[in-house]
Amino acid sequence: MTQKTFAGLNLEVTDEGYLVDPSKWTEEIAKEIAKEENIELTEKHFQVLKYIRENADSGLTIRKIGKSGIVDIKGFYDLFPGGPLKMSTKIAGIKKPASCV
Amino acid sequence: MTEKKDTQVKKVAIICAKAALEDVYAALVMANGAVMEGMEAKVFFTFFGLDAITKKQMNKLHTTTVGNPGMRMPGGLPFPTLLGTIPGVEAGVSAMMRSQMEKLDIPPVDEFLDMITAGGGEIYACKLAVDMFKLKKEDLSDHVIDIITIGDFYAMAGGEGSQVIFT
Repeated sequence: MTQKTFAGLNLEVTDEGYLVDPSKWTEEIAKEIAKEENIELTEKHFQVLKYIRENADSGLTIRKIGKSGIVDIKGFYDLFPGGPLKMSTKIAGIKKPASCV
Repeated sequence: MTEKKDTQVKKVAIICAKAALEDVYAALVMANGAVMEGMEAKVFFTFFGLDAITKKQMNKLHTTTVGNPGMRMPGGLPFPTLLGTIPGVEAGVSAMMRSQMEKLDIPPVDEFLDMITAGGGEIYACKLAVDMFKLKKEDLSDHVIDIITIGDFYAMAGGEGSQVIFT
């Protein structure tokens, strides 16, 4: 565990940079984590992040997000290039999902 | 003194030569897992593995019930090989396997190919095997980019941090 400053707040993060306490998450924090991943968040990103936060405990998979009605799988890869599930969950401030699909 | 330096895997070239459900899914899970992690993935289907990308066969793959020592009865008792020879048993076991996978959000083969290619993964068919089984491009999934030789596939498999995997 390490400390990291996002949006003026000192937050605890895992070694991989995931927020330890998801309840501390704000949209400002999301923007700053996204910037580190070279992603500029749009309205569409936030819709996906909202879905991810609401379904954080249900065993998230790329397939599930592709069926959410918000974005298809191709679109999901386009929004978060280079590892959409691990990147989007990091930006959404939730735990890294242990998913193989 | 030598310094230990790990090279990250950046690309996987996967060869699938068998049609059993478990062999095909091993290839598909590895390919999908790679694109999920932001890696490049290319899959080459050859010999009986072609069933996985043949429209008529792809969603009807079977689990090996004969000669599979890992096979168990529900509850964990050994599965007698002879039982696997009874007509319908293999189909029943395979259907059960597929429903178990669905529960884990593991998709049917056609949808799995959708997912892999949506993430930038590439699917190829082996020319030799396609000729041998007298198949045509239109018999194969639309996700198949091309029918190529193993030499062509190797030519695409190189680069730093790349691995060739055979299932």
